[in-house]
Amino acid sequence: MVNLAVDINGYSLKNPVMTASGTFGFGEEYEDFINIDDLGGIVVKGTTLHHREGNAYPRMAETPAGMLNAVGLQNKGVDYFINNIYPRIKHYNTGIFVNVSGSAIEDYVETAEKLNDLENIPGIELNISCPNVKEGGMSFGVHCPSAVAVTEAVRKVYKKHLMVKLSPNVTDVTEIAKGVEGAGADSVSLINTLLGMAINAEKRRPELSTITGGLSGPCIKPVALRMVWQVYNAVKVPIIGMGGIMNATDAIEFMLAGATAIQVGTANFIDPTITVKIVDGIKDYMNRHSITDVNNLIGGMIVD
Amino acid sequence: MKKKVEVFTVTKNRRINQEYLILHVASETSLPEILPGQFVEIKVENGPNTFLRRPISIHEVDNDKNEILLLIQEVGEGTRLMAELKPGDKLDMIYPLGNQFSIPNKGNVLLVGGGVGVAPLLMLGRFLKANGATPHFLLGARSENILMDLTDYKKIGDVGVTTEDGSLGVKGFVTDHPLMKEGLANMDLVCTCGPDPMMRAVAAAAKSANIKCEVSLENMMACGFGACLCCVVDTKEGNKCTCTEGPVFDINELKGW
Ligand SMILES: Cc1cc2nc3c(=O)[nH]c(=O)nc-3n(C[C@H](O)[C@H](O)[C@H](O)COP(=O)(O)OP(=O)(O)OC[C@H]3O[C@@H](n4cnc5c(N)ncnc54)[C@H](O)[C@@H]3O)c2cc1C
Ligand SMILES: Cc1cc2nc3c(=O)[nH]c(=O)nc-3n(C[C@H](O)[C@H](O)[C@H](O)COP(=O)(O)O)c2cc1C
Ligand code: FES
Repeated sequence: MVNLAVDINGYSLKNPVMTASGTFGFGEEYEDFINIDDLGGIVVKGTTLHHREGNAYPRMAETPAGMLNAVGLQNKGVDYFINNIYPRIKHYNTGIFVNVSGSAIEDYVETAEKLNDLENIPGIELNISCPNVKEGGMSFGVHCPSAVAVTEAVRKVYKKHLMVKLSPNVTDVTEIAKGVEGAGADSVSLINTLLGMAINAEKRRPELSTITGGLSGPCIKPVALRMVWQVYNAVKVPIIGMGGIMNATDAIEFMLAGATAIQVGTANFIDPTITVKIVDGIKDYMNRHSITDVNNLIGGMIVD
Repeated sequence: MKKKVEVFTVTKNRRINQEYLILHVASETSLPEILPGQFVEIKVENGPNTFLRRPISIHEVDNDKNEILLLIQEVGEGTRLMAELKPGDKLDMIYPLGNQFSIPNKGNVLLVGGGVGVAPLLMLGRFLKANGATPHFLLGARSENILMDLTDYKKIGDVGVTTEDGSLGVKGFVTDHPLMKEGLANMDLVCTCGPDPMMRAVAAAAKSANIKCEVSLENMMACGFGACLCCVVDTKEGNKCTCTEGPVFDINELKGW
């Protein structure tokens, strides 16, 4: 028997495989395909204080080894989540994290406060890649002071596990990681999507209604791995790594780079059973390498 | 209906014309209930630029052979790779996805298909007839040489044809056909699938004649089962997912139709 359980700063996941926000709905969308309880954790769709319709169609474009999206945080708001969705999913025997987004610090704070009392929600993931409406629409996550400010403000009101999700669209990701660690984050997750763009040459028009959008999938994996490794060398809090994970080998690479757990995003669209296959694949790898505890993989890259 | 991921085996790849083919794919077990208007999401192997699955309508179902038939038009790399499949090849599909067209048990139903949009209409016609309604097909194409083989359609109902170059049937678009003009008043329901401008023209005609009209939308999809929220269409009740709440919508639900 191998040990697959990992600990993210006091909260235990039965295995390191989680799902990435915005790619796994509320878990229910995958119930036909897998047993949600087999996962270490799930991060549900980005939730905001108020209902959001999201961006206009088209919201998606395929790119070589990846995709661009411009969903724009379509969701029915935190109250709807608490009253309608939470009662349907709270029985999952897995760590259910809510991805919290906002356009002003007060929105994040109010949303987080409302989630405090949900017994079966052990933590939230702060999506600081959202545009800060008061500061001219620049993302909270691209400047250290705004990333720190939003983390500090939420930390004051939120009692449980606070995971902060880092944007890759920055010059130095370690600076922001250290900043949010200092502001009270229990863990950091990375990376969110890379800002990208696609044009249809025949039509001479952008592929997305918003012109630019978020790039995800295997095309971003090398960037994501690099950032996980850099952050691993800069902070003490656990890291949840993601970006282009398509199989167990990819997941193990993230752990070797320093991630304690991983999230699977876009890959779920192509194979809705991929998460449980990754759990099995990690076990196989450990057996082949005579590793009995998955924790021995974390930061286990050997540099000769 | 429970959705599943399953690897099918190609049993036949039948060329219809230079652009279209029909793939027969077989399951090892008996098929679940599949309804007209539903679709599959196909994983295209070996394509460097075919990262996401491709949505394709279910053209017909052969429950005796556990086969699904897919009508495919070659438009890009993914559909070209599907066209190259040979008997014995494997095809990984998620199915059955989406909702279905209405199937009344009486009255006249006009089924209007343009180009590859005819795909779901054959099975729909079969279900309508079996349920007691009378299907009438109206199929439009650029030219006779890329039109479907009409034999199977004629077994189920009468078939009207339009071609843009006049090589067969009425010259022009589907909306130029008598079935969409004088004939429309006799219809109780219009179901349409095809290029967006064609469906909008058909919907406009049905609306002004005060006849219920259902359209099957082909929005760009990343997942096909409600997880990504990429495929939304603007409706009177806000954004809806084309993949789970569609692809079939009553035009009265949609904004701007
Ligand atoms: C619900 C649904 C049912 C469909 N049923 C059929 C069918 O029965 N038979 C069939 O041949 N095609 C069908 N399509 C369209 C089919 O999905 C696209 O033609 C296919 O994805 C193109 O893939 P490709 O790699 O060959 O082309 P690409 O190189 O990806 O694209 C070629 C062209 O196809 C268009 N296209 C790409 N993806 C889509 C998409 N998701 N929807 C519409 N257009 C797209 C693009 O605009 C592009 O111009 C359906 C689409 C949907 C959403
Ligand atoms: C369609 C889509 C929607 C997403 N929505 C969110 C979201 O609401 N909140 C968030 O923090 N990240 C969101 N993401 C980003 C993912 O959670 C993840 O960080 C990113 O896609 C990289 O991982 P991947 O390459 O495995 O997909 C979304 C990604 C996609 C593809
Ligand atoms: S295609 Fe993903 S939700 Fe419809």
